[in-house]
Amino acid sequence: MADFKATRNGYGEALVELGAKNSKVVVLDADLSKSTMTYMFGEKYPERFFNMGIAEQNLIGTAAGLSAAGFIPFASSFGIFASGRAYEQIRNIVCYAKLNVKIGGTHGGITVGEDGATHQGLEEIALMRVIPNMTVIVPADFDEAKAATMAACEYNGPVYLRLGRDKVETITDYSNRPFEIGKGYVLADGSDVTIAATGLMSAFALQARSALAAKGVSAAVIHLPTIKPLDTKLLYEYAQKTRAFVTCEEHQIACGMGSAVCEFLSQNIPTPVKMVGVNDVFGESGTPKELLEAYGLNANGIIKAVDEVVKLKK
Amino acid sequence: MNNNFDALKKHASSIRKNILKAVYTANSGHPGGSLSSADIMSVLYFNHLKHDPKNPWAEGRDRVIFSKGHASPLLYSVLAETGYIEASELDGFRKLHSRLQGHPVYHKCPGVEATGGPLGQGFSFSIGMALGLRLAKSGSRVYTLLGDGECQEGLVWEAAMAAGHYKLSNLCAILDYNGLQIDGDVEKIMGIAPIADKFRAFNFNVLEIDGHDYAQIDSAFGFAKAKTCKPTMIIAHTVKGKGVSFMENNYTWHGKAPNKEQYEQAIAELEKAEVK
Repeated sequence: MADFKATRNGYGEALVELGAKNSKVVVLDADLSKSTMTYMFGEKYPERFFNMGIAEQNLIGTAAGLSAAGFIPFASSFGIFASGRAYEQIRNIVCYAKLNVKIGGTHGGITVGEDGATHQGLEEIALMRVIPNMTVIVPADFDEAKAATMAACEYNGPVYLRLGRDKVETITDYSNRPFEIGKGYVLADGSDVTIAATGLMSAFALQARSALAAKGVSAAVIHLPTIKPLDTKLLYEYAQKTRAFVTCEEHQIACGMGSAVCEFLSQNIPTPVKMVGVNDVFGESGTPKELLEAYGLNANGIIKAVDEVVKLKK
Repeated sequence: MNNNFDALKKHASSIRKNILKAVYTANSGHPGGSLSSADIMSVLYFNHLKHDPKNPWAEGRDRVIFSKGHASPLLYSVLAETGYIEASELDGFRKLHSRLQGHPVYHKCPGVEATGGPLGQGFSFSIGMALGLRLAKSGSRVYTLLGDGECQEGLVWEAAMAAGHYKLSNLCAILDYNGLQIDGDVEKIMGIAPIADKFRAFNFNVLEIDGHDYAQIDSAFGFAKAKTCKPTMIIAHTVKGKGVSFMENNYTWHGKAPNKEQYEQAIAELEKAEVK
């Protein structure tokens, strides 16, 4: 029986563990601590928890100041606000000086659900990966979110963690290894096409692979939790091996993970690519499951893209 | 404590001359709002600041943050005057590969504690710095220089609300209230008055002083240090372009460099006014 938990809970649990391990860890929130799960840290370490109120620009500016005073701040809000409202603070104050600020942007993606398009972050990967010095991580599940949060704390520099609201299937296993920033993982091997996925789409990529196998198509699935820096070595290897890619993300197609993959492939080993993602539209209200289906963010959407890209192979 | 303000005035005059030289040499930069805060910075650095220019990142130091980062000619000239950097380095201001970037960059140069210039951000950064120093049980204080036009930024008020809420008594902000911004009069463009009431309402101790009166500046910093339950805002009424007749109260000198003739006249005026 598959285990279903939200990545934001992995983040929240990791923060509590980090609080015990490292007295330099401080957590900030912007009045969403019950949703971002930072309240758990706040209850345990109230003196190291700062609720900044509904003021995201100052959330990030304050986090930057705390890092300059020697602390390791984790600043949280919904991704749409953390990455959007505080964009210039993240660029000019945090990333330019490579300050040790971690941003936990929860409620990323269309699976925010009923709240609708205003609260569904679909652009954070794009906004964050374009800034020099920024590291961008999109965990696939609870275990990976927890491991990635621990790794972000060890790393010295700005990190954006994109986390989700909804419960998602656990597909990774970090019981015997740490999360390595910048490393992609082969979830399943294959020879006809590579499905490169991030976040909750990696689980759908595995489902698509099974359905494709029944049709006689051998698909490799590589999971890219770190969008920046990208695991280009792994991309190169699989471009050579399969000569076709499908990228999958719960994000705008423009400037997201798929675009990052294309930037690398087109300049180093030109490869046909089809991209699964949100195609230049806003989301809407609905259940997460309904929305994923309506926007083609599921195994069927991936299978369709695989069929198309295989035809493009020379 | 130095109560002989003549010495501080000499430092301020030297700082002003270096501001003009840096801007003239770079042929760009912001003289008006640099000149207006020169007296305040002279009193702060020479009479109140806990710092060691030879050990610029010493743990127990006070922090100075230029939220109005466009006053970088002032910051760099103060750093030269106090011995963080050589005065000759000011010739590289705004030049390729210089540590003296157009707007200050965090730790790029000894004594530069924060990135500043994107308005409101230095003030917001100060909130985190003050919270962090307090959490670390440090006795260090945070001094942040703001501009008056800067107070039109929403972020200033987010930060002010947090400073009041968290009772950051180790934070002393200074508002360089010269009344002018790039496009003209602050009150005509987007009025900030009554600014003292606004900061009072945000739970600051508010002091209003003449930002060119050394005794007033000196006692304001002393008063701020003695306060233990609130952040302080020193509203310093100043003259933009102070010390140079044709720049004084003239907004067009917000962000442009003097030509050779103007530069020479400005230096001559400052030298003539110097305390002998």
